Amino acid sequence: MPKITYIEHDGTRHTVDAELGSTVMETALRNDVASIVAECGGGCTCATCLVHVDDAWSAIVGPPSSEEEEMLDSAFEVKPTSRLSCQIKVTDALDGLIVYTPAYQGR
Amino acid sequence: MSETIKTDVLIIGAGPVGLFAVFELGLLDIKAHLVDILDKVGGQCAELYPEKPIYDIPGIPLITGHGLTDALMQQIKPFHPTFHLNEMVTALEKTGEPGFRLRTDAGKTFEAKCVVIAAGGGSFQPKRPPIQGIEPYEDKSVFYAVRKMDAFRGKQLLIVGGGDSALDWTLNLQPIAKRLTLVHRRDEFRGAPDSVNKMRALVAAGGMDLKIGQVTTLEGSDGQLAACSIKGNDGNVARIEVDAMLPFFGLTMKLGPVADWGIKMDDELIPVDTAAFETNIPGLFAVGDINTYPGKLKLILSGFHEAALMAQKAHRYVYPEKKLVFQYTTSSTSLQKKLGVA
Repeated sequence: MPKITYIEHDGTRHTVDAELGSTVMETALRNDVASIVAECGGGCTCATCLVHVDDAWSAIVGPPSSEEEEMLDSAFEVKPTSRLSCQIKVTDALDGLIVYTPAYQGR
Repeated sequence: MSETIKTDVLIIGAGPVGLFAVFELGLLDIKAHLVDILDKVGGQCAELYPEKPIYDIPGIPLITGHGLTDALMQQIKPFHPTFHLNEMVTALEKTGEPGFRLRTDAGKTFEAKCVVIAAGGGSFQPKRPPIQGIEPYEDKSVFYAVRKMDAFRGKQLLIVGGGDSALDWTLNLQPIAKRLTLVHRRDEFRGAPDSVNKMRALVAAGGMDLKIGQVTTLEGSDGQLAACSIKGNDGNVARIEVDAMLPFFGLTMKLGPVADWGIKMDDELIPVDTAAFETNIPGLFAVGDINTYPGKLKLILSGFHEAALMAQKAHRYVYPEKKLVFQYTTSSTSLQKKLGVA
């Protein structure tokens, strides 16, 4: 199973097993990563599951779709490496992925 | 200004479960009014995923949020519910056994025998940008909605966002503002193409400014903004004089005033019994995503079931003298008459 590390704003690290085919958002919720809110439940419609992908992983994770890019307009402190974690599917290529979660998801 | 509206049941929240509650109550001759903070019915179905497919409504293999809302509105039409949209219930007090008086932020007062909280994840409220020290300016010189355009006449305005709200208010307020600056995180806008073109034309003609970046600091005193710093995507910081700021970052769900009504809460959810989905206060029910009980699933279909059982108990409060005989819509002429099909 691929491992994902979430680093929260205060430095708390969660390294967890991620199920293939699930999303980085779902994996966060299953493992109580509190800074992922996911208000809309994975529909790419609320921008409350924002993560900043570690620079070394950004190219592997890839850019957001145009729909996701539009939704990022409703997030805060968006960086070039920012993604909505509900739109990142877990694959073997993401084993070891590191994402940073923001202090504030808009609520 | 203060009208008192009497109703059997007041439903707080006009999402799918609140709408279906009208149906189940209506079959039992119970009249309902609904209050919702959004300007439309449908709740999350309308606000978060109008065009997204829903696959788990029993008997309907695929329907969109918008489609489900429309279908529910058609289904409850025979019961003539009254909607109070763009309004939030701010206060609830117990006046009888049961009996409730409620007030909204629009100044309306309701008297209801029963209250059904179908508020989902809470009230949709504007997202507040995480700019240090923004709170003192809110409602004084930082606004998340425009109530009176004239309040912005002759002002130096800063509008933040890239969607239709930001663009529409840019175009509406630009002619009356002293100077208007639109700030967005990227040089692409998801608003209507026509609005984007109009905005770009104004920028090209020198009628307004467009800055790509984000607002980082606010300056001012006593709630009155004086200036903002905008950090561009190139890292440069620009400081501009501003009298008022209008951020448009969409909506988020907040529990809101429900927590202040003396209802027993459990981590922003309302515990209910699973026979009638009633709270610790008799006659006050909670259905849909906002309630909790052992085994709770936040599914629309679960909310529908909860609404049906709630209505049975509400009937005992609204018509204490009447015995309720359980009937099916397939075979009961009386129910079919209520539905207007017999």
